[in-house]
Amino acid sequence: MGKPRVATTSLAGCFGCHMSFLDIDERILDLIELVDFDRSPIDDIKHISQRCAIGLVEGGCCNEENVHVLYEFRENCDILISFGDCATMGGIPTLRNNIPLKECIDEAYRDGVTVYNPKNIVPQDPEIPLLLDKVYPCHEVVKIDYFLPGCPPSADCLWAALTALLTDKPVELPYELLKYD
Amino acid sequence: MTTRKITIEPVSRVEGHGKVTILLDEEGQVSQARLHIVEFRGFERFIQGRPYWEVPVLVQRLCGICPVSHHLAAAKAMDGIVGVDQLTPTAEKMRRLMHYGQTLQSHALHFFHLVSPDLLFGFDADVAIRNVIGVAQKFPDLAVQGVMMRKYGQEIIKATAGKKIHGTGAVPGGINKNLSIAERDGFLKDLDQMLEWSRAALKIAKDYTVEHLETLADFGSFDSNHLSLVREDGAMDLYHGNLRAITKDGDKIFDQVDYQSYYKYIAEEVRSWSYMKFPFISELGPEDGWYRVGPLARVNTCDFIDTPEAESARQEFMALTNGKPNNITMAYHWARMIELLHAVEKIKELLNDSDLQGSDLMVKGERRGESVGLLEAPRGTLFHHYKVDENDQVTMANLIVSTTSNNVPMNLAVEGVAKKYLSGMEITEGLLNHVEVAIRAYDPCLSCATHALGQMPLVVELHDSQGNIVDQRSRG
Ligand code: SF4
Repeated sequence: MGKPRVATTSLAGCFGCHMSFLDIDERILDLIELVDFDRSPIDDIKHISQRCAIGLVEGGCCNEENVHVLYEFRENCDILISFGDCATMGGIPTLRNNIPLKECIDEAYRDGVTVYNPKNIVPQDPEIPLLLDKVYPCHEVVKIDYFLPGCPPSADCLWAALTALLTDKPVELPYELLKYD
Repeated sequence: MTTRKITIEPVSRVEGHGKVTILLDEEGQVSQARLHIVEFRGFERFIQGRPYWEVPVLVQRLCGICPVSHHLAAAKAMDGIVGVDQLTPTAEKMRRLMHYGQTLQSHALHFFHLVSPDLLFGFDADVAIRNVIGVAQKFPDLAVQGVMMRKYGQEIIKATAGKKIHGTGAVPGGINKNLSIAERDGFLKDLDQMLEWSRAALKIAKDYTVEHLETLADFGSFDSNHLSLVREDGAMDLYHGNLRAITKDGDKIFDQVDYQSYYKYIAEEVRSWSYMKFPFISELGPEDGWYRVGPLARVNTCDFIDTPEAESARQEFMALTNGKPNNITMAYHWARMIELLHAVEKIKELLNDSDLQGSDLMVKGERRGESVGLLEAPRGTLFHHYKVDENDQVTMANLIVSTTSNNVPMNLAVEGVAKKYLSGMEITEGLLNHVEVAIRAYDPCLSCATHALGQMPLVVELHDSQGNIVDQRSRG
């Protein structure tokens, strides 16, 4: 039997959660002894290639593409983890949820101080995904098995959770590792 | 006539979300290739109404890769709002240390974790090994160096900002902590090692470029304008300076422009097929005015670098093009490693400065209604511009993030590589990676670049069997 596979993705997040994951530093060498990576922004596997033991999701859903990726992860991962405030609660991107549409478009593409838009264009193209009406946390879209809070969760928090899951131990995070900032 | 479309989605080993579409005509020739930025979040509008002192902590959530850049650019703008033009030496130097720590970690991350697999294994190596884990297995020493250099940078950020990602160190008018002797000594202990590894990384990037010069000169390369901040004496300065733009030949388009009036010099064009705008130098217009930013642009625009080792590396770099700007896209990597070494030299200079242990952290001034903060983020010039009303609430925000300025250049690089390598070929994964290699040279942070704004229209169209629209609904 091969090593368990881990897939990771960033949806409507800032990549800070992934950066925090990389803050495990030297322990990444231990991690690659334990697991193989499947789809992740750190490699060139564009879609999950085999059944994965663990999927780590950063960011909530703000567009249709995010939802498709989240479905792909749910379908192919035994354990799905929302990591970070954006994935677990929507995070800072949800600040847009109460703002009227027209104001947003005008600000970005018409009224901004440096905007040059003589033809009055608004980005709209089959190649760019439509946005959802609001930003949603992941568990409102699919079932999520574990939630790791923090903006971002610390490297130690991620490490503790991952190693517990990979060695079939209960995930018990001490109070100091749980931060909601 | 288009007969085939190829999509690379998602673009990987870059930060953020993007996709490439390539259209082939019936002869299999590439007729169009584009990099689309597919995410859209929306900071400029939703920070309106937030209190100004919250902004430096809030806006860094644009980007977890270089949060310090946004944290500091916003703090610099907010210094202006609280009427402060000159920080205390301790505050200014703590912020600089944070910024050079950030430059170190970001450049190391990009070079070792994201790009080195392409350089070490080849652009069309097996997907299974063409990543940092493959590097760790084949070249463990090198991988460890990358990891440890990034860690050093992250630890500096933690010591100056309070936290490795999304810290709180810079506040309007100053900083909220100094550097303890114990922290300083911890960093000094490992400094020589960092210098040595930076020199080695620079050598890898330089040798790679020189050895492959013939191929790289024609790999998504093109002439362009270049833009960056430079110090008053023309030196490279990543934290502060005035705007300078030069042509492909090195002639100055403008120089020593006070960035408070940046909006008279730069405009951003909107195009329908990308959420990211396309900036250009106003006086040259959208056709000719686009420019590059980031390490390549900075090494090209500055007159010199004020640290000895990086300066001699710069001279070597410029000698390759007889002192004229270097316009080779893949030379970004070499330029980036010159800056990596420069960052470590700067860190050394700062750590040996006792101002870091000073206790005068904050200044106050007369409130103003509007202010601009700029700095040179790892990926290029970063613009933050705010208006704040008498209730302390933000009423206007305009952000031009580094990667946005490289939008036209990245698209040209994508098109150039696609036309050269894909036309008339049987398309393989390895060939497609060539396109991504060109994008990666810019170290794009698509995460930042998609800050533009919250919601887009969700339009549903109902078509009849002839494809005519019979009904249309939109909501918002
Ligand atoms: S939780 Fe914080 S660090 Fe993670 S993606 Fe969201 S904003 Fe970034």
